[in-house]
Amino acid sequence: MIEALYTAAPAWAIQHAAPLLVMVPLFLAPMLALVPSGRIAWLISIIGTTISFLFALILLYLVQTSPVGVVDYEIGRWPVPIGIEYRVDALNAMILLVVTSIGLLASVFSWPTVAAEIRKEKRPFFYSAFMVCFAGLNGVTITGDAFNLFVFLEISSISTYVLVSLGAGRDRRALPAAFNYLIMGTIGASFYIIGIGFLYAATGTLNMGDIASKLPELAGNRSVLAGFAFILVGLGLKAAMWPLHQWLPDAYSYSPSFVTMFLSATATKVALYALIRFLFTVFQPQFAFEQTAFGMLLMPLGIAAMVVCSFQAVFQTDVRRTLAYSSVAQVGYMILGVSLGTTAGLSAGLFHLLNHAMMKGALFMAVAGVVLSYQGTTIRDFAGLGRSAPWTMTAFAIAALSLIGVPLTAGFQSKLQLGFALFDQGLWWAVALVVFSSFLAVIYMGRILEAVFFKPPLNPRKARKEAPVILLVPLWILALANIYFGIAAKFPLDLARSAAAAAFGGEAFLK
Amino acid sequence: MNADHHVILRVVSKGLIPIIILFAFYVQFHGDFGPGGGFQAGVIIAVAVILYALVFGVPAAMRAVPPAFTRSLAAIGVMIYAGVGFWAMLQGGNYLEYQALFHEPPGEHHGQHIGIMVIEIGVLFGVSGAMLTIFYAFAGRVAEIRDEDW
Repeated sequence: MIEALYTAAPAWAIQHAAPLLVMVPLFLAPMLALVPSGRIAWLISIIGTTISFLFALILLYLVQTSPVGVVDYEIGRWPVPIGIEYRVDALNAMILLVVTSIGLLASVFSWPTVAAEIRKEKRPFFYSAFMVCFAGLNGVTITGDAFNLFVFLEISSISTYVLVSLGAGRDRRALPAAFNYLIMGTIGASFYIIGIGFLYAATGTLNMGDIASKLPELAGNRSVLAGFAFILVGLGLKAAMWPLHQWLPDAYSYSPSFVTMFLSATATKVALYALIRFLFTVFQPQFAFEQTAFGMLLMPLGIAAMVVCSFQAVFQTDVRRTLAYSSVAQVGYMILGVSLGTTAGLSAGLFHLLNHAMMKGALFMAVAGVVLSYQGTTIRDFAGLGRSAPWTMTAFAIAALSLIGVPLTAGFQSKLQLGFALFDQGLWWAVALVVFSSFLAVIYMGRILEAVFFKPPLNPRKARKEAPVILLVPLWILALANIYFGIAAKFPLDLARSAAAAAFGGEAFLK
Repeated sequence: MNADHHVILRVVSKGLIPIIILFAFYVQFHGDFGPGGGFQAGVIIAVAVILYALVFGVPAAMRAVPPAFTRSLAAIGVMIYAGVGFWAMLQGGNYLEYQALFHEPPGEHHGQHIGIMVIEIGVLFGVSGAMLTIFYAFAGRVAEIRDEDW
């Protein structure tokens, strides 16, 4: 299928796939601000995300067929250490595929929820901010320049604060949530840029590959160490690494339901990608300080996230808060995989990242459907929905099972890979904790599923009110993907494995 | 309106505002040869309108430069910037490759010159539009203080 697309694509599309993937949505974003009607803005946003998705597929094909496994593009034809370079290898090709496909599904389903939750005159601006955010996330993923990454990180974050605050139409608590997120996100971005400043002071370059080539001879350099620490904290904050996740539950529970769905499946994933890029290709895992960071910092934090936040999820009364805390716990799994510092561990973490985007996307999309028909998002509001909205809730249940990690779902496959990677290192106690945390997931998702399928509805006269078809189709695409990739895991597993290999191939990343 | 103590402010600012805008254009076009450029010029143009709003009131400024216009200006500025990139691409170069704009051999610099000029105009639009939009968003929220209350 991808090959057919590649042969059908014109030559310019193949040559310029990397910049067009980012620049088409970035060009459409200001155009959306000029469009008078929200519905037209919605249609244009679908066009923009579709174009990016197609370019992501083309890039994936190019990377897979390229002899060096890298597609690079010099912006303005300025040669590499001076100019900005877009560089796609198996690692970012996979993340680009996640971001653009989720962006496409999100923009398709968005109209009914946006029409219900956003005031009429704000809808074009809402879509404009969404498009900026989408372009920014793609830009973070695609760029090979450390400073350019910061710029795109800010582009995506600032539009995210706007998107979160627009939830104020439904719940005024969106405003403090957005402000909180703004403060935390800005601190994260400042830490990142301070770290880049230290690296620039030590190496005199901003190109990631160039930094990587100069670091080995700077072993023990204090500014490199300080830069590493700042970047780790800054990107960890953006990726909601425990205990820097405090902004996330509020931001996810009060923003418009469409925004929650899009962010949960993409924003933290992209920040985690940036962290992986720095941990594995800019800094190398064999550096002594990085070994310390893996063993003493990332692994305990990842484990704490998956246990503590799963506990917190159990005690929430709001479905979106439960899912938000569960997101932090899932980031913990990914960090745990990354912290092993092995190819198997990294590919398990990336595999879980991919699957988590699918399951959280489906879960939050189903919640968006419920918000649309019944307003409330507490677990009590969900009672009896299994009978009044069977299609929405069945998809919700499938994604919930995948989140728990039931066999034959995607979540099981990635937890299995994580378990293998942990056993390889002899960390059986960590495997036990992963299983324990999955049991906690059974409890917190079980509470919701029990209310949905086994409790009578609060209001017995609650009419049979399914989510609209335009929401059900993307929802079921994601739900079925959870099952399909749970049985035939070859495609995502290969993606994750080659991504991990690309992340480790520090030499392949260089010229 | 006439016999108040703001008369000096009004007269002086009426004289200053055109000069400020003129200076903005000087900064814009002299950016090729010295310090300056679209960002600074955009801020200076916004300052002219903000001075007008401070002296004559925000409603008067909003009549002269409507918020819908400033928003559109900001959006169009970004589109001009990105558009130069697409223009270079249409001419067969890389994204934002100025040299490709007019198919020039190396050593000729018209493309470099025009390219950065158009981009700086985009920046000028974007920055002045965004500055004024932010100013209106803040100034439009608070209740107007009547002149007698000063």
